[in-house]
Amino acid sequence: MKKVLMKGNHAVVEGAIQAGCTAYFGYPITPQNEITGHMAKRMGEEDRVFIQSESEIAAISMVFGASVAGARALTSSSSPGISLKQEGISYMAGCELPGVIVNIQRGGPGLGNISASQSDYFQATRGGGHGDYRTIVLAPYSVQEMYDLTRKSFELADKYRMPVIILADGYLGQIFEPVLIKDKLASVKFEKNWILDGCKNRKPRLIRSLFMGENELENHNWKLKKVYDTIVKKEAVYKTLLTDDADVVLVAFGTPARICETAIAKLRSRGVKAGLVRPITLWPFPSGIISRLAQKVEAFIVIEMNLGQMVEDVKLAVNGMTRVLFYGRPGGGLPEVSQIVKISRKAALYRGKDGK
Amino acid sequence: MENKKFSRPVSLTANENIYCPGCGHGIVHRLIAEVVDELEIREKTIGIAPVGCAVFAYFYWNFDVTEAAHGRPPAVATGIKRVLPDRIVFTYQGDGDLAAIGTAEIIHAANRAENITVIFINNAVYGMTGGQMAPTTLINQKTATTPRGRNTRYAGFPMKISEAISKLDGVTYIERVAVNNVKNVINAKKAIKKAFRIQMDGKGFSLVEVLSMCPVGWGISSEAAVKWIEEKMQPEFPLGVLKDA
Repeated sequence: MKKVLMKGNHAVVEGAIQAGCTAYFGYPITPQNEITGHMAKRMGEEDRVFIQSESEIAAISMVFGASVAGARALTSSSSPGISLKQEGISYMAGCELPGVIVNIQRGGPGLGNISASQSDYFQATRGGGHGDYRTIVLAPYSVQEMYDLTRKSFELADKYRMPVIILADGYLGQIFEPVLIKDKLASVKFEKNWILDGCKNRKPRLIRSLFMGENELENHNWKLKKVYDTIVKKEAVYKTLLTDDADVVLVAFGTPARICETAIAKLRSRGVKAGLVRPITLWPFPSGIISRLAQKVEAFIVIEMNLGQMVEDVKLAVNGMTRVLFYGRPGGGLPEVSQIVKISRKAALYRGKDGK
Repeated sequence: MENKKFSRPVSLTANENIYCPGCGHGIVHRLIAEVVDELEIREKTIGIAPVGCAVFAYFYWNFDVTEAAHGRPPAVATGIKRVLPDRIVFTYQGDGDLAAIGTAEIIHAANRAENITVIFINNAVYGMTGGQMAPTTLINQKTATTPRGRNTRYAGFPMKISEAISKLDGVTYIERVAVNNVKNVINAKKAIKKAFRIQMDGKGFSLVEVLSMCPVGWGISSEAAVKWIEEKMQPEFPLGVLKDA
């Protein structure tokens, strides 16, 4: 183990290499270009597969192919490119193929801009492409987590045989922070008895998402649902900060969660009991902790770099038990500490008003 | 020679095929299976079935087969082959798959000189979806989406994608063949075998375009369909080697 100063996008690359990712396919787009560029260098050094593809569609299709052949495969892009990858992600979900897709989000819709954003929350957490499916979505909030969660994403992808999305933003891609580099994963050689590598000493195998027989697709969908249910039960991850005595709980992931930490320190110094729930898995969403806290807190305030997307998941978890407020900025704007403090103070005072 | 028994290749399953009467897919599936048997590569071959009628190819080949999204087989093949360079990887693609929605993927796989083999079925029509115009549909040919015949003013020209790809430096071998008569079927098999051999020898990108019958899509009899290839398709898509580097 050693500590290295590293850019977020580079940390993704090192995490992937440590996790045994042997194939990377990418297409240039800002603000994730350092991933593709650093991959070109590192995969060459490691004698692994690197291709700059002709399109995002081709890149995800190459990930599909590499996964069919048993490799741990990665592609990365930013918002508009991730839209193009949805075709392949849906096919991977249908074919039960593992793979990792990194989204260093920028502003949208359309070409948007190249500033950091969280505008793809819906797309990432609702499946994204066509068909009835889910992807695991991991949301790092530091360069260390860019590294750690990329490592972890390959384990999850192989364990559940499905695509995993790393949902970061342009700030996390661009900032430098020290990273603790860990040893290689123990389970890099994951046993895969379904890959296509030639039918030597076994029966031929088939990988498909087309199920035309009566009830065949329905049964396949139910089979996938079972996997999703297991993931919801077992894989939700979050961090809390000062929620035990909190009257007001902020909910934020990624970069805004860092801003919330500063805001909470300010609020606490002014006597406002504020806390934070930071979802690390966005799907499965950590509904349990939100529901538990909903029974005792005055309000949740969801802080996002978009027009309010995760706020819907928080409301589902709260289920009317308490108030859910939202403050966010789309299009590259950063939520401001002063605004968070203002909204939180007002929310904390609310109890006094109706005399509870 | 007179004792030679016509039997099913090991690389072909016993599944009854669901293709329409007179369709060329069954012939080409079999040719591939025979070639895979003869080259003794069944246990290291990975096929990629397209979207279209031939998506069901995986029921008929007795080796590893994966599906791919429409038009993406060359990218999927690239992923597989780069990870497993000592396996034999081929795509089986129709004209809509290869020459319309997957134009970018085929051109760039060829240009990267990927060491894969492409079997390209050109039947001048979208069969699976009900006989719409394909990029290779002939001028004045009536289809579901060109009810008055393909008019070049609105719908462009029959696309000679194999000729276009043959100009790329990354390409090793391209030949156009047909399966409308015995002589042509024998030639088609030779070309397919050569294409696989090129891959086995690590010599790079090989593609065989096969002019194939779709009597139902063309709205004519099976008998008329084999003649239609010779009389209508071949003048537009002449048979022969387009590149042999």
